[in-house]
Amino acid sequence: MDRRESIKVLGLTAVGTGILLESCQTGTSEKETATANEIKKLPGVQEFEYERNNKLNSEQYFDEHEMATITVLADIIIPKDEYSESASKAGVPDFIEFMVKDIPDYKLPMRGGLKWLDVQCLKRYDKVFTDCDQQQQLAMVDEIAYPQKAKPEMQQGVAFFSLMRNLTASGFFTSEMGVKDIGYMGNRPGPWEGVPADVLKQYGFTEDV
Amino acid sequence: MKTIEIQEQQQVYDAIVVGSGAGGGMAGYVLAKAGLKVLMLEAGPFFDPAKDALQLRWPWESPRRGASTIRPFGDFDAAFGGWQLEGEPYSTVAGTDFQWFRARMLGGRTNHWGRISLRMGPDDFQPKDGVTDAWPITYDEVKPFYDKVDRMIGVYGTVEGLPNEPDGIFLKPPKPRLNELFIKQGAKKAGVTVIPGRGSVLTEALPGVEGRGTCFFCGQCGRSCKVYGDFSSSSCLVIPAMKTNNLKVVDNAMVREVLTNDEGLATGVSYVSTTDMKEYSVRGKMVILGASACESARLMLNSKSKAHPGGLGNSSGLVGRYLHDSTGSSMSGFLPQLLERKRYNEDGTGSVHIYSPWWLDNKKLDFPRGYHIEYGGGLHMPSYGFLNWVPEVNGMVPTKDGSKKDQGGYGASLKSDYRRFYGANVGMAGRGTALAHKDNYCEIDPNKVDKYGIPVLRFHYKWGREEVAQAKHMQETFKEIMHEMGAIVTSPTYGPETSYGLEAPGKIIHEGGTVRMGDDPKTSVLNKWNQSHDCKNLFVVDAGPFVQQGDKNLTWTILALSMRAAEHILEQRSKLNV
Repeated sequence: MDRRESIKVLGLTAVGTGILLESCQTGTSEKETATANEIKKLPGVQEFEYERNNKLNSEQYFDEHEMATITVLADIIIPKDEYSESASKAGVPDFIEFMVKDIPDYKLPMRGGLKWLDVQCLKRYDKVFTDCDQQQQLAMVDEIAYPQKAKPEMQQGVAFFSLMRNLTASGFFTSEMGVKDIGYMGNRPGPWEGVPADVLKQYGFTEDV
Repeated sequence: MKTIEIQEQQQVYDAIVVGSGAGGGMAGYVLAKAGLKVLMLEAGPFFDPAKDALQLRWPWESPRRGASTIRPFGDFDAAFGGWQLEGEPYSTVAGTDFQWFRARMLGGRTNHWGRISLRMGPDDFQPKDGVTDAWPITYDEVKPFYDKVDRMIGVYGTVEGLPNEPDGIFLKPPKPRLNELFIKQGAKKAGVTVIPGRGSVLTEALPGVEGRGTCFFCGQCGRSCKVYGDFSSSSCLVIPAMKTNNLKVVDNAMVREVLTNDEGLATGVSYVSTTDMKEYSVRGKMVILGASACESARLMLNSKSKAHPGGLGNSSGLVGRYLHDSTGSSMSGFLPQLLERKRYNEDGTGSVHIYSPWWLDNKKLDFPRGYHIEYGGGLHMPSYGFLNWVPEVNGMVPTKDGSKKDQGGYGASLKSDYRRFYGANVGMAGRGTALAHKDNYCEIDPNKVDKYGIPVLRFHYKWGREEVAQAKHMQETFKEIMHEMGAIVTSPTYGPETSYGLEAPGKIIHEGGTVRMGDDPKTSVLNKWNQSHDCKNLFVVDAGPFVQQGDKNLTWTILALSMRAAEHILEQRSKLNV
């Protein structure tokens, strides 16, 4: 079987899943995003994995205020720009809600960190983080977003923000929007002929490497 | 008390094969093709990559975006199992460590492995340094079987003529990716050999082989392949063998014991069904164990009888001994020259495009044997945590306008940093020879059973001076290569306090040696045909028979030796009376 036949077989063997279509037509599968309330059982997913996913999905860990704070923070970390929407538009808050249930070690640092943030804001501005104006919010974030510059008394906030930042970036850049934004061009059948000629040239490599 | 009813099957199979990975799969395939009636028992469920692979799924199709919470190599990886299995514990003796990876599924760990397919060399079978015992066989005796495996299953690579790195019958290798060109350049300056990778992926059609597609370069071999474009025992051995109608697979069958008669010969096995928890026994003229090095040893030690009081085939007392994994240590960083690189699809194959075979003369070194280096990095599919390194390093290089930036951050500036750094990462990992020692072993834990009531393994494994010295050398080499290619190292500096980043035994998933072969029944468990010295119709065909592995990943040698054992069984059937 040559590659063309492989690709044909792929379409044919993926009974009922239409995997090739699903995989190659991005843009139609926003509804497939697996953080939403229902999780589709994919072939090859074990029963206990599927049950666990659904169980986690049926639980709610963060309360409304915590989710609102997460949403504001996520959009501060990854805002809308000329290339793509903000983190919350890509479903990042729901993703974070799922991840802390999936990796329970994140529960306490996230809940405690959110509380820490509110307490800091109350001390400074007499308001919780979400009630602060944007200038106040950014002033607060500035103190915890730069590990090497942060004051010693801000270290707990730095640890929280680093976790929040990682979860946000994970959630955003693995969403359909984020994958497009980062420019990942693979996950589709095709040939591999080596580094394109113009790229070889750009870095000073010759064709016969 | 209620009695446990054992469902006995009267059919006597020509052979019962326990395990469906590389070793069990190959033995089952060869025997079934030759017309023997074979029963294969697999502890996990049936798995057919054509239907069950999570290949070509997007990260957002996993609620955890591919994180490794459940499966150790992430949600889309093909392995059902991991270093810990619910209800199937193992223990370690205090002060020692061993991490035991088990994949419970048809094809076992061959569904997710890295497809790196290396032959052991003449010096690996017959060491010249006297540090470890020689195998009872030579490279020349195994070579014809490596050749047959190459032709039957397919492996890409290049003929290099390097000492102790035997060439095979190769398909064309994939061309290097961009970061691999920098690695080649840097390694050359550091005096480290880099050659095209050797992987069991069909980069072109394999002559004479039907029913398998060629690679379409999605880079996802770890998820197993829907068109059977790479080697999994499920797709390339077991499923084809089932089509002969001579091989029957019973899945979800956890083997409890090998049954023997008064003369000490194997008569079959007993197993518990993991789905209905009922007990079964099946009969066979011979029993072939391919359950994995430690699982096969466990099974033999748990099969005690009057004829085999210390466990089946264990008159030497060596079952479980000489357990050895590979060493592993790694380093990661990024190439500033690759910031803001042009985007294109460089998925390639899911096995290595390049690697460094061992290149040095040990006379000048303070450790025996060596290691090979595997390389990574590039524009890979986004998955959970894949950009976590960016806010850790974005202060290390000047911004586009040449100014300095504070590490960390947020907002539009950070968002563009993620884009800027994506694909510039580079990593390298050493995989080296760990010495087989009698004192590194697994045994039956006298106090513990698993959820099926089967006594579990207890491990006793410690790294020696040699493995630590090797890891130190790896770190020094990696640093040099990183430096020569102009990379910035981002992983921690591993010093003596971490044994130079040396992974725990078992973490590289190359364990072998537990039922080693040899000519002397006092110092070995099997003869040179993978046949028990004590029980002539018992064979072991996984990595248990390895006297000492080289720094060559085991699978290709498991396949060659299992094929050799199976062909020997066919030749000797009348004499063996099996």
